[in-house]
Amino acid sequence: MTHELWKGNEAIAEASVRAGLEAYFGYPITPQTEILEYLSRRMPELGRTFVQAESELGAINMVYGAACAGVRVMSTSSSPGVSLMMEGLSYIAGTEVPAVLVNVMRGGPGLGNIAPAQGDYNQAVHGGGHGDYRNIVLAPAFVQEAIDLTALSFDLAEKYRTICMIILDGCLGQMMEPAMMPEMKPIQRADWDWATDGRMGKRERRVLTSIYLDPVQEERTNLRLISRWRAIQRDEVRYKEYFLDDAEFVIIGFGTAGRVALSAVRQARQNGIKVGLLRPITVSPFPFEVIDQLVGRVSGFLVTEMNSGQMLEDVRLAVKGRVPVEFYGRMGGVVPFTEEILREIERIAAEPLSVDVNPREQWYERMVGMR
Amino acid sequence: MAALAPNNLVYERPEGFTDTPTHYCPGCTHGVAHRLVAEVLEEMGVIDRTIGVAPVGCAVFAYNYFDTDFVEAPHGRAPAMATGIKRVLPDRIVFTYQGDGDLASIGMGEIVHAAARGENLTVIFINNANFGMTGGQMAPTTLPGMKTTSSPNGRDVETQGFPIRMAEMLGTLDGVGYVVRRSLHDPKSIRLAKKAIRLAFETQARGLGFSMVELLSTCPTNWGMTPVDSLKFVEQHMVPAYPLGDYKVAAGVAQIKV
Repeated sequence: MTHELWKGNEAIAEASVRAGLEAYFGYPITPQTEILEYLSRRMPELGRTFVQAESELGAINMVYGAACAGVRVMSTSSSPGVSLMMEGLSYIAGTEVPAVLVNVMRGGPGLGNIAPAQGDYNQAVHGGGHGDYRNIVLAPAFVQEAIDLTALSFDLAEKYRTICMIILDGCLGQMMEPAMMPEMKPIQRADWDWATDGRMGKRERRVLTSIYLDPVQEERTNLRLISRWRAIQRDEVRYKEYFLDDAEFVIIGFGTAGRVALSAVRQARQNGIKVGLLRPITVSPFPFEVIDQLVGRVSGFLVTEMNSGQMLEDVRLAVKGRVPVEFYGRMGGVVPFTEEILREIERIAAEPLSVDVNPREQWYERMVGMR
Repeated sequence: MAALAPNNLVYERPEGFTDTPTHYCPGCTHGVAHRLVAEVLEEMGVIDRTIGVAPVGCAVFAYNYFDTDFVEAPHGRAPAMATGIKRVLPDRIVFTYQGDGDLASIGMGEIVHAAARGENLTVIFINNANFGMTGGQMAPTTLPGMKTTSSPNGRDVETQGFPIRMAEMLGTLDGVGYVVRRSLHDPKSIRLAKKAIRLAFETQARGLGFSMVELLSTCPTNWGMTPVDSLKFVEQHMVPAYPLGDYKVAAGVAQIKV
């Protein structure tokens, strides 16, 4: 294995192929279209399924069908397209079949733009579609990490019979960096005891559905989903720590925002500020406990996101008002510069901080004042 | 009960059925359509490798009645779901069973594109001119002037549009192997419907592309008619508006003898 120059979107596409992706269904939308284009060539040459669907609605329901058949299946899209898929995601969750969905997020709401953003955090981590369910949500910050998490996403989806989403932004989707691809894994169709792949003389018929007409049965299903989610929360939290050992302040950011924050943290360290970075890799399940344990050791947190503070709410839930939490976000497709976050680090290191202020209100006042 | 002598046994539950009483209203033709599908699957010997896709609508519980694997699609998305299944399991027989609200209203995009792609699927399309499960609202197939709970003064084509003829429309698509319309209003029509269902599944089994049988059906409960009057309604009002016939029989399909 050797390092090669990979574009984020194409890296995810090839990584999914090497992880044993058997079927892909998608629809063009910027800034993720390279995944669709790459797989339109790659999947047929391997004798695997590729369909460009009539819409994201069609694509996610093709994913749903193939997932019920028990094969490794994926779709990819970007924010407006992912919104369109929410119906199917809810059904997939309710039917308890594994599927992988990649969201290369862009500025919104609405048609928004095609620039990098993280505005779909809430949608992803809270399930997104109707009804009670959660998704595993992975947030890579580097092309190599996107490759590694793509392979992991299929294992997690199958292990828990759940949806595994990978959220990144147009920045990571479009950028090229050196990365190593794993070896090609042969397709191994598992003999699931739930898949509707035809009786084939072997067994009684199977039905896969998300209907539980009897409310008591539905509630039992809801409890089963929660029980599975509790196992996921217990065993699958992933995150990356940088310079946390002696940190007085901790930045928390995921994906590209976390990556930019890392550069800022390094510069701040050179300037003598004891600051570290916590970068959640699973934004769902969220690393609540890790933050809880940091509370006793640090003077404050700074959350940086490319949205108006969606993950901020989860951080505040973990901190529970015990130490100050500050926020800095850019939205609408604006990627923060390292200098901006550095300025924020310098501000929180110099200013007295309070637990009695709403960080989003404070941030909003500063944002409006800037203009 | 003593077993009947074979020569006295003229009617029994097809092998393609489970031993489950259906939830359909008395006089509804869903039961007939289900039975025809089950008989065809049995005669073709494919029950064991068939996967059905149930719709949202009255047939949402179709999966309770067929002794095959089944999945339950979101409203209108059965052709997309079936595409996902058939593409990864091409040697299986995959069919959707959809009503007119499901197929011709909310699922218009999915059905048209599945047909256009020439997916090797079979679609059983029940046209009873209304949304049955939700209590008889106007469907795209509701006849002009027909009263429903959401067209209480009769469907006014000026504001509520015209009926959609799905078989004719899909018949224009190159990906389609076999698309016909039949009716379930009398024994002769039912026999012709069964033959069409057989041909549709044979089309799929031979990889000749998309196949659909549209079946004109009754909805006595929501139409507010007796079962007998409903059958007459189909004959007198539905058949003239939705002419029975073959709208696409690809050359390869025309040669199939059943």
